[in-house]
Amino acid sequence: MALSKVDFNNINVTPAASKALKWNASANGFETGDIGGSMVLLKTLTASDEANRQFHTGTSGVVLDDTYSSYIWKFIDIHPETNAAQFTFNGSADAGSNYNVTKTTTHFAASHAEDNSEAQIAYDTGRDLAQQTGAQNISNEVGSGNDECGVGTLQLFNPSSTTFVKHFICTTNFYHASDLVLNNYIAGYFNTTSAITGIIFSMSSGNFNGTIKMYGIL
Amino acid sequence: MAISKFNYNSFNVTPVAGKALSFNSDADGFSTAGASSMVLIKTLTASSSSTLSFVHGSSSVVLDDTYPVYLFKLINIHSSGDSVTMKVNFRDGGSAYDASKTSTYFRTSHRENDTETVFGYAGGGDLANATGEQQISGGLGNGNDESGSGHMYLFNPSSTTFVKHFFGVTQAVAATPQTEQAFFGGYCNTTSAIDGVQFSLHGSNTMDAGTIKLYGIADS
Repeated sequence: MALSKVDFNNINVTPAASKALKWNASANGFETGDIGGSMVLLKTLTASDEANRQFHTGTSGVVLDDTYSSYIWKFIDIHPETNAAQFTFNGSADAGSNYNVTKTTTHFAASHAEDNSEAQIAYDTGRDLAQQTGAQNISNEVGSGNDECGVGTLQLFNPSSTTFVKHFICTTNFYHASDLVLNNYIAGYFNTTSAITGIIFSMSSGNFNGTIKMYGIL
Repeated sequence: MAISKFNYNSFNVTPVAGKALSFNSDADGFSTAGASSMVLIKTLTASSSSTLSFVHGSSSVVLDDTYPVYLFKLINIHSSGDSVTMKVNFRDGGSAYDASKTSTYFRTSHRENDTETVFGYAGGGDLANATGEQQISGGLGNGNDESGSGHMYLFNPSSTTFVKHFFGVTQAVAATPQTEQAFFGGYCNTTSAIDGVQFSLHGSNTMDAGTIKLYGIADS
């Protein structure tokens, strides 16, 4: 028995990857577009004892260009294999061959020990960057105990601009190896007019576990 | 004239309830796709309310592994009393909101008459493995036009492996009057699932008005 199915290119509209088929504004034809809401999940990468996780445009369904005005990553239960390792990220401007874009950043954190022996907020000159290409630290020394982990969000604005530097804002919360909470605030810019096409997450030492989700903001 | 209509099952894709028809990532076939990844789960509106609680399985609230990240938005919370802080607590089994928490709290403020500015850690707002409520704002004024707003993320509340992290920011008209922005973050130090979140004001004060919205950040 023949199966009759509508083929993707039989609809009177030009197909667009990952876009929905919807009625046009006059309700007299089809068009492609996004459907409701402005926050779109683009990719989920899960780390299971991995050295890094990379989001590079054009790879494995990742979009990191002018499709969206900004991009958000959410880190969920990042758990290091090495005690006191630090969670980091960096950017690529050369199709993912290198993750070494020059950055100038700030980093401050509030901390509070479980035994109440320490409570403070302070700027961290050891974790900011001044025109440096190394990875940006977005945690402190993360504990590797069974229930110890960290979470956070990173927002990158207009990564495809070839006019402006590329700004980012990051907030994280980690369980420190010395049994205290650290609430970190990191911000800065990739000091380049080249497009940022890839982001890599890794630990300063050893592998890690956890989930990282990437969203586009329309 | 014959009218030709496509039947729902004529498209070369398996229908999924509530999803839209979209082109796949290679633009050479069809797939199904959801709407925005940020899904409104529940809105609670205060009306002389002592507490506003979001409990999994109650009143259509979802707070489990359906979503990996939850976001609460607090909009114009108005206090019955003057100089009253907003609070939050978490339920980790049973009916009590008493999960043990270790947290940080810092703030920045600026008086309307320009006589004082503050930036610093506020030890009175943090917790060290304590079960009481977490402070999440400065002391709200109760003038007619005074209120507090903000948001809070809660990550993976259903995990039975890890502690449960939360962090947020609020902005308020504090009683002085002054603008006061509060930053808080911490974790529920338990491997039990968190299945309820409760917002309140300090003491016996009530939320005379205001809205709290719960969103899930979709997993797929």
